[in-house]
Amino acid sequence: MFPKALEYHVAPAVNSFIDWLVVEHAVFFDAVSMGILSLLLKVNRFLIWLPWWSVLLAVALLGVYATRRPLAGIFLGLLLFPIGMFGLWPMAMETLSVVITAVFLALILGVPVGVLMAERRGASLVLRPLLDAMQTMPSFVYLIPAMMLFGLGKVPAVLATLIYALPPVIRLTELGLRQVPQAVEEAALAYGATRWQLLREVRIPLAMPSILAGVNQTTMMALAMVVVASMIGARGLGQEVLLAINRIDVGRGFEAGSSVVLLAIVIDRITQNLARRWEPPTR
Amino acid sequence: MAFHYALSADLGPERREAAHAPPLSSAIEVRGLWKVYSRQKGDALSPGIVENPEALEVLEKDRRAVVAVRDVAFSVEPGETFIVMGLSGSGKSTLIRCLMRLVEPTAGNIAVNGRNVTAMTSQELVRFRRTEVAMVFQHYGLLPHRTVLENASFGLKLRGEEAAARTGKAKEILSRVGLEGWGRSYPASLSGGMRQRVGIARALVMDSPILFMDEPFSGLDPLIRRELQDELIRLQRTLRKTIFFVTHDLSEALRLGDRMAVMRKGSIVQVGSPDDIIADPADDYVARFVQDEREQVARAERRMAERRAG
Ligand SMILES: Nc1ncnc2c1ncn2[C@@H]1O[C@H](COP(=O)(O)OP(=O)(O)OP(=O)(O)O)[C@@H](O)[C@H]1O
Ligand SMILES: [Mg+2]
Repeated sequence: MFPKALEYHVAPAVNSFIDWLVVEHAVFFDAVSMGILSLLLKVNRFLIWLPWWSVLLAVALLGVYATRRPLAGIFLGLLLFPIGMFGLWPMAMETLSVVITAVFLALILGVPVGVLMAERRGASLVLRPLLDAMQTMPSFVYLIPAMMLFGLGKVPAVLATLIYALPPVIRLTELGLRQVPQAVEEAALAYGATRWQLLREVRIPLAMPSILAGVNQTTMMALAMVVVASMIGARGLGQEVLLAINRIDVGRGFEAGSSVVLLAIVIDRITQNLARRWEPPTR
Repeated sequence: MAFHYALSADLGPERREAAHAPPLSSAIEVRGLWKVYSRQKGDALSPGIVENPEALEVLEKDRRAVVAVRDVAFSVEPGETFIVMGLSGSGKSTLIRCLMRLVEPTAGNIAVNGRNVTAMTSQELVRFRRTEVAMVFQHYGLLPHRTVLENASFGLKLRGEEAAARTGKAKEILSRVGLEGWGRSYPASLSGGMRQRVGIARALVMDSPILFMDEPFSGLDPLIRRELQDELIRLQRTLRKTIFFVTHDLSEALRLGDRMAVMRKGSIVQVGSPDDIIADPADDYVARFVQDEREQVARAERRMAERRAG
C-alpha cells in the first residue's frame, strides 16, 4: 500500500484553474469558439451543397491523380456509394466537415511547430513530452474541460479531435526536416540561400512526403475520434453509432460503423498515395 | 607577426574598417587561418585559443578539440588553378568551406576579390555567395526533387532572376557541359559523371569569377574522371576563372594545377608548382606523398602494359 501520509492531490488545483479560465477568460474562449464554428459551418455548408455525385466524381478524380491508376481512382469514388444508400449521406458530410476542419487546423498549427522543433533542439526537448501526453491522455479527460470552455456541440469536438490528431503532423514534420541530407542543404547555402529560401526551396519540399504521411495519420486519428466527439453533441456518423448502441440496433450500428470505415479507407488511400507522389523521383 | 587574430563577430565597426585590406591583385588571400572543432557541444572555443599553443595541445590530447586548419596562409592569383592536396583528414574540406564561411573560421583573415570575407554580416555573406563564388561538391549536392534544368539554374533562382532568363542561361550551360536534352530528367536517373556535370553547370551558370571544387571527380571511375578533367581544362581555356581545387589525386593535380599546396594535419607544408614539389619535396611527408602517388601510377601503367602484352 502506498502510505496514506504521502497522498497529495492536484485535482483541486486543476479544478480551480479550469473554473478560473471559464470565469475570467470567457471572452477569449468565445472568440476562439466563434472562429472555429464559422469555419466549420462554411465547410459543412459547402459539402452539403455539393450534389452527391459530384463528391463521388471529385473523389474519383483525386484518386486517379493520387494513385495514377484510373481503375483504383474510380473504385475509391464508388466506395462512397453505400454511404448514400444507407441514407447516411448528410451525416457523413457532417463528419467529414469536422475532420476537414480539424485537419486543416492541425496543419496550420502543426507544420510551423514541427519546423520549430527541427530548428531548435530546445523546443524539441520541451515539446516532445507534451506531444506524448496529447496522444496518450484518455480523450474524455479533456472533453469535459473542452465542453466547459467551448460549450456543447461541434467546436469542442473539433478541438478534441485536434488535440488527438495534432501530434503526428508535428512529429512527422520534424522527422522529415531532420532527414534532409546535409549535403543538399550545404549546397543550397553555398549558392546563397537565406534561411527562408533554404526552408522553402529545399527542406520543406524534401520533407513533404513525411509531412503528408503525417496528414494521413492525422486524418485517420481524426476519424477515429468521431464517435467520441458525438458524445459531446457533434452530429454525424458517430451520433448514428451512438444511437444504434443505445437502441441495441446492431444492423443500424453496422451501417453507420461501416460508413466510417469506408470514409477512412477512401481518405487513407488518397492521402497515402499523394505522399508517395511527392517523393523525389528515383529514376 | 603583427597580425590580428580575430573572429568576425568580435570586430567592431571601426576595427572592421581597419582589418587587413589585402592587395587587390590576389583573388584569394588567406592569413593566419585556424579552424578548431570542439568535440563537446557547447564547448565554445574562443578565438584566443589559437594564441595559446599549450592550452590547445592539451585540448587536442584530451580529444576535446580537433585542429582541422592550423595557421594557414596563402594567396591565389586571378585566373589561376590552385590545388590543395593532402591525406584524408588533413583539413582540405574544412579549409575550402572556411573560404566561403560554410564553416566558421576560429581565427584568421580571408579576403576574396579584395573583400574581407571574415568581416561579412550574414546578409553580405549571402550576396557574396550569390555573386562572387560558386562551389562544386564531391557528393554533388543536387536537389533530388528538381529536374536537371532546375538544378542547373538553382543559384539563379536564389539570386532572384526571372524564370525565362534563368532557363535560357541554364540551357546554354547544360549544352556546354554535354547535357543537351537532359534538362527534364531528374538527378536520380543520371550516372555519377553526368550528375557532376550538372554540378559543374550549376556553378558555371552563376558566372562568378571564383570556383571552389572539393574533390569533384573523386567519386567517379577513372575514365569518366579523365573525361571531366579534360572538360574542365577545355572550359577553363575560355573562362579563365580562378579555381580553388581540392584533390588527393596527384595526377589530377598535375593535369589541372598551376600551383599546389600540400596539407598535413591542418597545416600547409609546401606551396609551389606541381613540378617543383615533385622535384624538390620540402620534407619527408611531401616526398612520401608524392612517391606513393608516383608508384601507384607506375604500377597501374605496368599493369596496363602487361595486359596489352598478354
Ligand atoms: N563538423 C566537424 N566536427 C568535428 N570535427 C570535424 C568536423 N568536420 C571535420 N572534422 C575533423 O577535422 C579534420 C579535417 O577534416 P576534413 O574533412 O577537413 O579533412 P579532408 O582533408 O577534407 O579529408 P577527406 O580527404 O577525407 O575529405 C578531421 O580530423 C575531421 O575528423
Ligand atoms: Mg574532404
